Amino acid sequence: MLRVESVTKRFQGLVAVSDLSFEIIKGEILAIIGPNGAGKSTVFNLITGTLKPTSGRIFINELDITGARPHQVASKGISRTFQTTSLFDQLRVIDNLMLGYKWRTKLGFWNTLFHTPRWKAHQAETYQRAMETLDFLGLAEKHDQFVPALSQEEQKRLAIGIAMVCKPQILLLDEPTGGLIQEETDRVTDLIRRVREQGTTVCLIEHKMQMIMGLADRIVVLNYGEKISEGPPAEVKSDQAVIEAYLGGEVHA
Amino acid sequence: MFTKPIHTKLLYLVILAAALLLPWYVPDAYIFQIVIMSVLYAVAAAGMNLILGFTGQVTLAHGAFFGIGAYGVAIMTKAGISFWLALPVSALIAAFIGLLIGLPTLRTKGSYFAIVTLCFGVIVWIVSGNWVELTGGHNGIFGIPRPSPIPIPFFGELTFYTQTGMYYLAVAVLLLVLFALYRLVYSVFGLTFMAVRNNEPLADSVGINTYATKLVSFVAGNFIAGLAGGMYAAMMGAVSPSAAGYMLTFNFLIFVILGGMATLPGPVVGAFAIPVLMEFMQFLKDYRMLIFGALLIVVIIYFPMGLVGGLRRLNQKVAARRQQKLPESGHASR
Repeated sequence: MLRVESVTKRFQGLVAVSDLSFEIIKGEILAIIGPNGAGKSTVFNLITGTLKPTSGRIFINELDITGARPHQVASKGISRTFQTTSLFDQLRVIDNLMLGYKWRTKLGFWNTLFHTPRWKAHQAETYQRAMETLDFLGLAEKHDQFVPALSQEEQKRLAIGIAMVCKPQILLLDEPTGGLIQEETDRVTDLIRRVREQGTTVCLIEHKMQMIMGLADRIVVLNYGEKISEGPPAEVKSDQAVIEAYLGGEVHA
Repeated sequence: MFTKPIHTKLLYLVILAAALLLPWYVPDAYIFQIVIMSVLYAVAAAGMNLILGFTGQVTLAHGAFFGIGAYGVAIMTKAGISFWLALPVSALIAAFIGLLIGLPTLRTKGSYFAIVTLCFGVIVWIVSGNWVELTGGHNGIFGIPRPSPIPIPFFGELTFYTQTGMYYLAVAVLLLVLFALYRLVYSVFGLTFMAVRNNEPLADSVGINTYATKLVSFVAGNFIAGLAGGMYAAMMGAVSPSAAGYMLTFNFLIFVILGGMATLPGPVVGAFAIPVLMEFMQFLKDYRMLIFGALLIVVIIYFPMGLVGGLRRLNQKVAARRQQKLPESGHASR
């Protein structure tokens, strides 16, 4: 569904991602893991157009999206969250979600100025879809509140909500449970499972091994910008290269 | 989705009634003139607020676009074109020049955008003072005719030769602009402006074309500035380079900031409150700027949303206190 083809990204002398190829298959949960600085977030930034690759190509459903701008990539059905929870914190919860859905509608300048029938229909549709998503996230009661009034975990869930309100084909989650305690992590993990059950393909970056092993169908392991392993959790766990990367060469059986 | 409480609506109705009845109780022509100017400045400031307050792009060229509208109407009506055609055409010219300026400058961010627009503002001011053939140089253009009467069947005609006529025309333009802004801002489309102001990378990643959004805001805001400027030319009967000056920009800026950024009533409140404040401080002469500067700093630190924002906060506190009291009284009655 989404294919990354020998993508390299250099920042001046530093090679952040080196000749990386992998594929996200429809309907799966793919995890990208690796030590700090392995280039995981850079991969997301390359896919979503925040960064342009130095070389290599990226395809969605065989359509070349290499070098497209972020809002263009979003309108191809690729949504993302950011590593540091990124929300519209001056706006209400419901506004955040409606903004996530906006590109699917024709709510432009003239339609809004003249309140055309199309505007009415789309505005109502947007509101309804936002409320539906709030129900799904378990945040329906808080729709009218401003973002700073939410807890850390609620904010993380809202960030996922903003990305999935438009029913994307692929959802890219950058450390969706970073900074959460075990109990909260479980709730977010459960949310990610339900997102997949709705038919959205999920690709996530995580550090919490236990959670990843239980959640992901496949894992791609990066180290120093290179792919060192790929496969189902059980296989990756026993891969010598992975153990070395994580434990610095010392193998504890 | 976006509704206001009843007492706020009532307050707006009272203000509207007071505004419509103003010609009957205004004490003299001098104050009437100040009021009409305030209405026109409110229109321009409302346009600036769309760019500055809602979209978060600090434009310092607003006076220039006001001037383009003013000179547009001045030159066209002097050439014999009807005011009713010259006004929208001038506003469109302001919007179009806004588009040309916005295309390159909106690629810059924050203070860079502010500096580039300030430069454009100063350039327009200099050109207006020196292109003698077109603008009449530093003397400006005078003898601009008032808008021609509008005939209304069975009623006679609406004339604009008196202050009262011009006042109602200005109020009508202000209401129209506020109505359009109300529709734009309180909608999903309007949220995209605030999204760009609040978190541009996120706005980009949810599929909002942030560059185009900024451009729409800038062009629409400058259209409104041009409209206000065109009205100003017909009202004053003369324009000079000061109608395109950067001092005007800073006046609008103060109206928006003190009145309340990113609120619809804010610029209107600012455009009326500040000239009144200035009149009261007349006895301080040049020292009033000192007090004004201090006031500006206090407002920016403690009331980032200006007078209107401060009032809203007060309103919310009162509402919250009432809600706290309610359960207690419910307890007692049981």
